[in-house]
Amino acid sequence: MMQNFNAESFKQFLRVFFGRGILVQISLVIILIFVFSALLAPILTPYTPLEQDLTQMFANPSAAHLLGTDNIGRDFFTRLLYGAQISLVVSLLSSVWAGVVGIILGLIAGYFEGLASSIIMRVIDAQLSIPSLIFSMVLGMVIGQSIPGMAIAIGIGAIPSYTRMVYGMVLSLKHNDYITAAALVGQSETKILLKHLLPNCFAPLIVIFTMSLGTAIMVEAGLAYLGVGIAAPTPAWGVMVSEGYKYLTQHPRLAILPGLCVMLVVVAFNIVGDGLRDALDPRLRGKL
Amino acid sequence: MSKSIPSQPILQVENLKIYFPIRRGFWGKQVGEVKAVDDISFAIEKGKTLGLVGESGCGKTTTGKGILRVYQPTSGRIYYKGTDIAEMSKAQIRPFRRQLQLIFQDPYGSLDPRQSVQAILTEAITTDRQRHSAAQIKARIEELLQAVELDLSMSDRYPHEMSGGQRQRVGIARALACDPELIVCDEPVSALDVSIQAQIINLLKKLQHSRGLTYLFVAHDLTVVYHIADVIAVMYLGKIVELMDAKDIYANPLHPYTKALLSAVPITDYAVERQRKRIILKGEVPSPINAPAGCPFHPRCRFATETCQQAMPKLTAVGGGHQVACHNLKQVTD
Ligand SMILES: Nc1ncnc2c1ncn2[C@@H]1O[C@H](COP(=O)(O)OP(=O)(O)O)[C@@H](O)[C@H]1O
Ligand SMILES: [Mg+2]
Repeated sequence: MMQNFNAESFKQFLRVFFGRGILVQISLVIILIFVFSALLAPILTPYTPLEQDLTQMFANPSAAHLLGTDNIGRDFFTRLLYGAQISLVVSLLSSVWAGVVGIILGLIAGYFEGLASSIIMRVIDAQLSIPSLIFSMVLGMVIGQSIPGMAIAIGIGAIPSYTRMVYGMVLSLKHNDYITAAALVGQSETKILLKHLLPNCFAPLIVIFTMSLGTAIMVEAGLAYLGVGIAAPTPAWGVMVSEGYKYLTQHPRLAILPGLCVMLVVVAFNIVGDGLRDALDPRLRGKL
Repeated sequence: MSKSIPSQPILQVENLKIYFPIRRGFWGKQVGEVKAVDDISFAIEKGKTLGLVGESGCGKTTTGKGILRVYQPTSGRIYYKGTDIAEMSKAQIRPFRRQLQLIFQDPYGSLDPRQSVQAILTEAITTDRQRHSAAQIKARIEELLQAVELDLSMSDRYPHEMSGGQRQRVGIARALACDPELIVCDEPVSALDVSIQAQIINLLKKLQHSRGLTYLFVAHDLTVVYHIADVIAVMYLGKIVELMDAKDIYANPLHPYTKALLSAVPITDYAVERQRKRIILKGEVPSPINAPAGCPFHPRCRFATETCQQAMPKLTAVGGGHQVACHNLKQVTD
């Protein structure tokens, strides 16, 4: 485990992480391409995702339009790039907000036994019993049309995994002598939580965060496809699949390419998450 | 009991009980209790060491942590400098918090694996809610490391980069950072190599001398306690069965359990060793969950009579500050 961030344990981390095989390395490359496409979209293409060229409907791939155009003549490559941007923003926003809320709830529930702890954990259990896709769907219908709204709706589904993990960790960590020692020198409970308990949860948190980025992208695309999330004409991948689906037989690339993007990125995040788990803390293998 | 002690003790414990509830089932219904500490009383004078001995599981750690209010006492009084701290709230106890410190049995577990020595000591120095300049903190860390005889270069080390003895010294330095008056030493050497044990004991003695510290020194090993304690209390199953001056423990042990403990201590003098009678205790230590009625030691005691099965004997003074809880002292001493 990365007890502290010195050079040697970092080298050990890299060795295990990249030693897990070609799949991890490919996945990392996919994620890097994904992130750079999202960040550099405006530079990588001369078009904007919404500009139409009605003389160029359903154009085939060419030098001017690398992946052709869609049903109303928008450059398809450009729309895929901007789709990455939306996926990245939604997944980051939703995972960060789910992480912040989930971690705080987990810290409180784990450290302070009693009523607050019981209530938090019962609510989290109750939420876990509802499939998070259905949960996010209902919320998506209400607030999901905008990107922040979508991020909130998706993030709520991810809160329980953070809370349960932190709760379990704190429950076992808090009986350590060094926690007692900190209390005895007069350290406040908030500081004990933030300085001693939270840092010892970092390794599994990074793993959950990575995994939840993938899940968020999948849920976002799913909801957009079902029409309860981000709506056309925004170039989200899910929207593009659902629009392209109508022309599946004549122009299969319109539905298949965005679908492939979703799949590749989601799988890549999961594989990298798996690799991180092994590299950060071998004891966690098979537990998350 | 306080009458027999002329000066005001720094710590006086009266009828302390610490029971842990045993809960079962979905609703956490209480189905019983562990009487980890069951009605004990003792006092420690300033600058002295009370040694608390007994087999593992008899409640020594619970006693120490109860006094520090890590565990909430079930009942009883804990007078620290004349003030009863047994029932104080967290806020009320704040002024005393740093004066009462603990040195742990497991030196590795007592240090946060993510903190360097410097970070550990800085935290202990700065939690007094006073202002400290960086230079003051640095000077204080150096002073503390010197006090526990650690090289100044150690301050960048992490716990896993140190030996057991060095870790324990860091634990001691952390306690000293609070300018404590009373330190509970919970088997501070039992996890260490024998060769290191004496060094740590000597360090604790030296610090007691130079800083006027008072110790509650817990150990399961009589020889260790004998070297550092002024007064020794022998504990069995949550109760103190004998309390005496340290010099009396070899000279004049009275309780059958104390005698049994002593007979387990190896004696280096071969002639004496060959001659002495060994007292082998029969049976196991009963669990404190269903402790026997009466004297807790009676199922294993050669001298047990019917009275012993019914009533717990009172801790009674036999002169010279020596107290013992036994119904059949006459038969035992004959
Ligand atoms: N937190 C706790 N909850 C329940 N039982 C405990 C707890 N701590 C200690 N005990 C029980 O109290 C008894 C005394 O334990 P302890 O004080 O640790 O003994 P010692 O330090 O003398 O070895 C043991 O039977 C132990 O199982
Ligand atoms: Mg103990």
